[in-house]
Amino acid sequence: MSDFTSNFWSVFVTAITIVSILACLVLLILTGRSKGIVSGDNTTGHVWDGDLREMNNPLPGWWVGLFVMTIVFAFVYLALYPGLGSYAGTFGWTSVAQHQAEVDKGNAEVAPLYARFSAMKPEELAGDKPAMAVGERLFMNNCAPCHGSDARGNKGIPNLTDADWLHGGTPAKIKETLTLGRIGLMPPMAAAVGTADDVKNVAQYVLSLSGSPHDSVRAALGKSKFTVCAACHGGDGKGMQALGSANLTDNIWLHGYGEAAIVAMINNGKTNQMPAQAGKLSEAQIHVLTAYVWGLSNRPAASVQ
Amino acid sequence: MFNSKTAVARKVIPVVAQDGYAPASVVPPRIYPRSVGGLFSNWRWGMVWLTQLVFYGLPWLQWGQRQAVLFDLSARRFYIFGLVLYPQDFIYLSALLVIAALSLFLFTAVAGRLWCGFACPQTVYTEIFLWLEKVVEGDRSARMRRDALPWSWAWVARKGVKHFLWLALALWTGFTFVAYFTPLKALGLEVWQINLGSWEVFWIFFYGLATYGNAGFLREQVCKHMCPYARFQSAMFDKDTLIVTYDSARGEPRGARSRQAELSTLNLGACVDCTLCVQVCPTGIDIRQGLQYECIGCGACVDVCDSVMDKMAYPRGLIKYTTENALARGWTQAQTLRHVLRPRVLIYTSILLVIVLAMGFSLAWRQPFRVDVIRDRGVMARIVEGGRIENVYRLQIMNATESRQHYKVTVSGLTGLVVVSKNDLTVAAAQSGWLVLRVQLPPDVVAGGSHSIQFSIFSNDSADFVAEKSTFMVPN
Repeated sequence: MSDFTSNFWSVFVTAITIVSILACLVLLILTGRSKGIVSGDNTTGHVWDGDLREMNNPLPGWWVGLFVMTIVFAFVYLALYPGLGSYAGTFGWTSVAQHQAEVDKGNAEVAPLYARFSAMKPEELAGDKPAMAVGERLFMNNCAPCHGSDARGNKGIPNLTDADWLHGGTPAKIKETLTLGRIGLMPPMAAAVGTADDVKNVAQYVLSLSGSPHDSVRAALGKSKFTVCAACHGGDGKGMQALGSANLTDNIWLHGYGEAAIVAMINNGKTNQMPAQAGKLSEAQIHVLTAYVWGLSNRPAASVQ
Repeated sequence: MFNSKTAVARKVIPVVAQDGYAPASVVPPRIYPRSVGGLFSNWRWGMVWLTQLVFYGLPWLQWGQRQAVLFDLSARRFYIFGLVLYPQDFIYLSALLVIAALSLFLFTAVAGRLWCGFACPQTVYTEIFLWLEKVVEGDRSARMRRDALPWSWAWVARKGVKHFLWLALALWTGFTFVAYFTPLKALGLEVWQINLGSWEVFWIFFYGLATYGNAGFLREQVCKHMCPYARFQSAMFDKDTLIVTYDSARGEPRGARSRQAELSTLNLGACVDCTLCVQVCPTGIDIRQGLQYECIGCGACVDVCDSVMDKMAYPRGLIKYTTENALARGWTQAQTLRHVLRPRVLIYTSILLVIVLAMGFSLAWRQPFRVDVIRDRGVMARIVEGGRIENVYRLQIMNATESRQHYKVTVSGLTGLVVVSKNDLTVAAAQSGWLVLRVQLPPDVVAGGSHSIQFSIFSNDSADFVAEKSTFMVPN
């Protein structure tokens, strides 16, 4: 109700609600006063279809009392809880606050569990079965929609089960990625590289870095043009985790394999984003997720009991 | 369009002479049903024992390490003896409700309000409460006398004992009800230590006090003013339905007479106008006025009238279970029963039979585990080493047995389709587990698009399997 600019709807709803309840009360009083006409056989005297007669079957008094109670209940309820337009009710109840209270209660219940997890190193946590059961559930709910249930990713979304890390695979780096998110940026490089032919040559050179099938003549020509790429990818093409630049030598093709895909990447560039989880998940949850993701490609340290 | 010559005469609702006015609400008369014995009373008490032994008794039964019948709402597991049901098995509850409804239709078509008179909790608990009332306060006439008396300590004491017994039974009923949802032993311990959860307290008292109020005070008013069943059951009646009927041709004119008097010499029918049929009626009606909507078909008036007929040495059956047709045409009992088999009854019976058999077969052939296949949506399909096409699925396997189970999954539907990830899973008793499956297809086997495939999930201790359909996406 507070979303409206004027309070017309609030007044409107309040008026309809109160008038309806009062109308029920008036109806109850009026029908209570009036007396139905009955003949000696306890029917109202109306006959339909020759033999259908309307019996007089008055309600028990206590039932009428229940009607009055519902009206009293309605007024008490409307005084205590929000129901009359933008009036908040004396209890000040809101669904948002109730939800928050339930979330807080749930968090308080699992707090001891998370306290135990937070006290452990991610390397140990990865070997802790209850923690990894929690981690799996967190992963399925928060990460699997992009990275897949098996964490193997998809085109443009990194595989988390291999040893290839754009931004580093240590627990600290994984936690940083989860908490703050990452933006991967490959700028359009066509102008810097040169002509369309030069771009093709560089693409062939990039293919040669991982030992993929390539045109060695073009690759040799492309090598000299690769210097503009080396600023980020390094002279040896192995990438730099500090920059998040991809390793071009490991035969992992996040954005597509083949000359056409590489040419498109050089020409158009790409901005890729891993969203930050800090506001969504608690620190303790991110800690457990860190251990889970780390454990996908590493052997957990022997857990210290 | 509208021709006055052919117009149908407007229907007129005739209003007959009015005799008076009726208030919109009334104070219902207090009914003091007289206790009665006889054939139908015995049947009702038989049903009281049967239903209540089941209701109060079931939570005490153990099945292995757990309560035999337990509806664990927080864990969403429903245990019925050997069965472990999941919320996904809701269809069985639906089937059970359909069976209950059809049974009601069938019984009602054959013999009227059998449910109301013999098995309904309202009737059953009222019967028990009336018995307690009779034990403490005496029968109808003693109770009426006492209620007319002014207040006294003896009066309070006797009423107090009655209400104490009623409340004790009612709260025990509430406790038993909650014991279907919280294990009885744990619940008993919580009561003993006064450490009940708020919902348990609510339901014990709500169910208990509802029993106390309904069976102690509201009684017939529930049937007359609240019960929806009562009103639509008359829609299933026909002229061959067995109903409690007063044979007015034989009974009228009614009147008192000496027991020695020879009936043929009197100018009277068989009804001695003792009014016992009115006194025993739990809803306070006079069955001699014909079938009324209040009649719950309990047969109390039949029992008491038969006992009077015996005393008078008249043949029984002045009030009896019979059909409208039988009474009008003077059928014998055999003729009446022959008319039970009529289309309405046969149709109800056959539908009921089909559903009962379907449910029985379904339960008997039910695999003790369930599987849900969920395709990954973020990752529709990906191309991996050698151009192979890979799809990812999550299988939720629900173990509906009470022992640890080992499951194995295979896939079929396309040539060369294989599971390349771990394809087996161990699931603890009555738990569910997730298995992430990677399924691969060699390149160029099928055209791009969606193809139906099938997962077969085998349980370790049998060759039986559950088949689940899904789709395999091949990029264009």
